[in-house]
Amino acid sequence: MSELHGMGLVELAAGLKARRFSSVEVTEAHLARIERAQGELNAFISVTREQALAQARAADAALAAGRGGALAGIPIAHKDIFCTQGVRTTCGSRMLENFVSPYDATVVQKLQAAGAVMVGKTNMDEFAMGSSNETSYYGPVRNPWDPKLVPGGSSGGSAAAVAARLVPGATATDTGGSIRQPAALCGITGLKPTYGRVSRYGMVAFASSLDQGGVLTVSAADAALMLGEMAGFDPRDSTSVDTPVPDYQAQLRQPLTGLKVGLLKEFFDKGLDADNEQRVRDALRVYEGLGAKLTEVSLPNLPLSVPVYYVVAPAECSSNLARFDGVRFGHRCDKPRDLMDLYCRSRGEGFGAEVKRRIMTGTYVLSAGYYDAYYLKAQRVRALINADFVRAFQQVDVLIGPTTPTPAFALGAKTADPITMYLNDIYTIGANLAGLPAISVPCGLVRGLPVGLQIVGPHFAEARVLSVAHALQQVTDWHRRVPEGWA
Amino acid sequence: MALTREQIAGIAYLARLDLTPGEAPVYQESLSRILDFVGQLARVDTASVAPMAHPLAGLAQRLRADQVTETDHHEQYQANAPTVAAGLYLVPKVIE
Repeated sequence: MSELHGMGLVELAAGLKARRFSSVEVTEAHLARIERAQGELNAFISVTREQALAQARAADAALAAGRGGALAGIPIAHKDIFCTQGVRTTCGSRMLENFVSPYDATVVQKLQAAGAVMVGKTNMDEFAMGSSNETSYYGPVRNPWDPKLVPGGSSGGSAAAVAARLVPGATATDTGGSIRQPAALCGITGLKPTYGRVSRYGMVAFASSLDQGGVLTVSAADAALMLGEMAGFDPRDSTSVDTPVPDYQAQLRQPLTGLKVGLLKEFFDKGLDADNEQRVRDALRVYEGLGAKLTEVSLPNLPLSVPVYYVVAPAECSSNLARFDGVRFGHRCDKPRDLMDLYCRSRGEGFGAEVKRRIMTGTYVLSAGYYDAYYLKAQRVRALINADFVRAFQQVDVLIGPTTPTPAFALGAKTADPITMYLNDIYTIGANLAGLPAISVPCGLVRGLPVGLQIVGPHFAEARVLSVAHALQQVTDWHRRVPEGWA
Repeated sequence: MALTREQIAGIAYLARLDLTPGEAPVYQESLSRILDFVGQLARVDTASVAPMAHPLAGLAQRLRADQVTETDHHEQYQANAPTVAAGLYLVPKVIE
């Protein structure tokens, strides 16, 4: 049973259904790895051993009776941004250090209904604001490929946990690249679905016109299985779209013959590491070999994604985070003199440096006299970027480019300069601004470190994006590479 | 776009954030640089472009039936509050 931890979701589901091993065995094997890895990787904020084993026993009983959902008995982890009833939800912040949600997020509820076993809550950048997992109040996560390097962020804990095979899959969220960028830097598969595809009920809000929940897994086939259980209409989320969820697994094997692939011209810019570019171009040649037709597509306004994002996201963050006031939940300062002191000190103490920077940036761009020049202007440029994508998808079926400009960087390398850190998301933000589904899949190694290929599709084309990713994973094995010491 | 120390104090006040003396100059420097960086948007011609607030263009907000669907959970919710008495959230005295 020593190999239980190496299996993906699809393989585990088949093994559990065939009763080749039990959920308790699988869950124990993963819990043991999580506990062993915690000192080195710091991927988890909470580990829920007892609850997990109780869920595993229930799953085993269901499986023995021939019942159990698509994920029955499979251990997974949730990013600590998803509310879990009875288990604290910190969002990586001191503000929510003692917050225990009175309800489950819809995503948590749906995965539990599918039989998944929650083994814990993963570490993340504070309130999902960061690209390196260094803004967490609970300490940075380390990259299993090299503990001196960051795992990416903000879903760094979920990505490191899947890369080190501590769990076969984990939930994550993506506001400007927080699923895809850590997936690329950790050598795994990460899917951000279409805006509105996955319910955000119980997902702590950062930037409401951009946030979307998704999955981190080893393979696209595993992502298809997990997304199928998470996606769907939720009357509790006003941005949830009432569109049927297709059978993503059944559609994985679509042939690529005649598929029109657009090379995102603006992504092959001077900031892209030459070796990283080479790995992406190698993957593009594989696609040509599989029958896809490549054309270069230009989205001239796309390079403005980062400045648009750093107006829109902080603006929305400043209003969303206004709810943390030290009154109803969250951190409260000691001995407040008056109500103003209560607000200001509770927030000043409860939020970390980057969160405060974003709140202040957002407050400024929304304030009287600056609203038109910054916020409305950014929304107009956002419309231009969106129009670029609409035009591109009239010509091609998917857009492909790199996920990040470089492989993982060292801890501390970019913390001094926020703009250097923000530019990490230069290739990922566009899909959030336009609300498009996008996946990052491993496409090779650069100086021994994984890099990602990004595939972007039109709205609600998750099945297509997954099938294009799956096709690459049928003829390459980059997604099966496990960092040294974690096999 | 260099922000002054007074502007930083004003923004912090609007955002209800108490800054330590050490934090103020850090935010003065980084917010000024962020505003310079996003300032490049001013050069883009958007004269005939409508602002885009979210990606769900064409989708209307749903309305739900006017029916009671939630039950009272105030004790459960208030378990997360810093101070509560008699079912009420306590804050420092507001009116003298």
